[in-house]
Amino acid sequence: MSIDTGTAAKVAKLARIRVEEDRLPELAQEFSDILDFIEQLNEVDVSGVEPMVSVTPMRLARRVDGVTDGGMQDKILANAPDAREGFFAVPKVVE
Amino acid sequence: MSDLTKLKVAEARDALRAGDVTSAELTEACLAAIDGADALGAFVHKTPDIARQQAAAADARIQAGDAPALCGIPMGIKDLFCTKGVPSQAASRILEGFKPEYESTVTSKLFEAGTVMLGKLNMDEFAMGSSNETSCYGNAVNPWRRSDDAAALTPGGSSGGSASAVAADLCLAATGTDTGGSIRQPAAFTGITGIKPTYGRCSRWGIVAFASSLDQAGPMTKDVRDSAILLNAMCGHDPKDSTSANLPVPDFEAMLTGDIRGKTIGIPREYRIDGISDEIDALWDRGRDMLRDAGAKIVDISLPHTKYALPTYYVIAPAEASSNLARYDGVRYGHRAKLASGEGINDMYEKTRAEGFGPEVQRRVMVGTYVLSAGFYDAYYNKARKVRSLIKRDFELAFADGVDAILTPATPSPAFGLGEMQDADPVQMYLNDVFTVTVNLAGLPGISVPAGLGHEGLPLGLQLIGRPWEEGDLLNTAYALERAVGFVDKPAKWW
Repeated sequence: MSIDTGTAAKVAKLARIRVEEDRLPELAQEFSDILDFIEQLNEVDVSGVEPMVSVTPMRLARRVDGVTDGGMQDKILANAPDAREGFFAVPKVVE
Repeated sequence: MSDLTKLKVAEARDALRAGDVTSAELTEACLAAIDGADALGAFVHKTPDIARQQAAAADARIQAGDAPALCGIPMGIKDLFCTKGVPSQAASRILEGFKPEYESTVTSKLFEAGTVMLGKLNMDEFAMGSSNETSCYGNAVNPWRRSDDAAALTPGGSSGGSASAVAADLCLAATGTDTGGSIRQPAAFTGITGIKPTYGRCSRWGIVAFASSLDQAGPMTKDVRDSAILLNAMCGHDPKDSTSANLPVPDFEAMLTGDIRGKTIGIPREYRIDGISDEIDALWDRGRDMLRDAGAKIVDISLPHTKYALPTYYVIAPAEASSNLARYDGVRYGHRAKLASGEGINDMYEKTRAEGFGPEVQRRVMVGTYVLSAGFYDAYYNKARKVRSLIKRDFELAFADGVDAILTPATPSPAFGLGEMQDADPVQMYLNDVFTVTVNLAGLPGISVPAGLGHEGLPLGLQLIGRPWEEGDLLNTAYALERAVGFVDKPAKWW
């Protein structure tokens, strides 16, 4: 499978990682190499096989849908690069 | 004093109880060893104040006769574990400055058991790597060198700092995590023991997530007994991790009898791969003979889908990573890129992630994004999940046939030189995990035990794979192997 620079640019965009134009050919080549490696999976007959959901068969535990924690705004914001007036601050989102 | 750092956990525990040594003495000896070992790049955030405080508290408890199992034992903690108020960066620039407001379940349990934290240990960025060369802190270095040259070698990865620190006697033991071999491969490269328990044994809560369906924590120690002791302290049910198993945890140490008579050990023929050195093959054969001599029955088995484990892993792990690492967006914690005027929130995300993630992490996040994207989800991600079911079934069939444990090499080679793989393509580096990754895909317990020195004078490891939830039995088989091998070599100090 060969990945072109357009696809590499699209994937970078989806992953929200800035990749400069001149790095795209190298990135596309790396993707192609990794996908070639992954292509081996096409040799395997998986007809009738269920995709694995959980490696240990288990029913996820349920709990009452109630508030069990909270009231720690200062702790939540303590590591924020920019916090103001009790909120996370980001560049303007709405025009 | 320096000999104190050479103690094993069990020895130190007994000496502390007998009053032959104090935790303060042990801790000071380790702190001094750590300060003298910066060349190893193992400890990346030292926490001497916390260590001294915990040691004093431990000594008080021991004196009062109220000492829990591991009271006073100094340890190192992999940087992937969130430790309250202490930098926890997963060796990534993107978590620079992050100090968690909470403690991971595993470290909480270790502290409740009385252990002392000496500091945080180096690793590959977000645990993605097999050589500790993707760390934002720089390389961790193997205390072992080849007998005929002084080239710096990798301690393996991703738990490279943990492996280096334990092998160099900077601490009595360390925590590691293992997503595709990140405990077992570095343990093998540094002549120490490391166990990845069954998926669900150790709570993942508070451990920075890489690939959630594969990640497990485990101990890295100087011998099998220490692994048994520490595993007991680290595992157990935790409601905060929805995949944590609500099963009783047996006393693993009490199960170490060394008696494996009547046990059946499987030798999987698919693990005899092309390109593996004769030395590794010979080591494997010796291990088989030792287990036979100890009374086990040796049978050849087949795990036919082994060959597809690495490509399966390199779909599933990046897919889960791309989802887990979406949280690093420069909003809630860690690094945020400086923006030019007029740049908006998408620029902030893209620049922050480009600056904060190293090349290997970026590559895996993007591969994961690709295999999960519309049009490729079925062809790659679902296909890999189906093959994963087949890989797991291979093991289930072997166990159903009466196999108690499976013996394999731990790694395809001894430790390689730092920088040696620089020009290799990423897939070459991935091959390091060829013997270990199947175990994560199948959710099984696996342990790496030192099994001898190769012709270059470097340690080599053997891996034992056990039935799910039977870590006690697995540790006992490893204990029998350890006794038969009698590995006592230590790296000559150069640092």
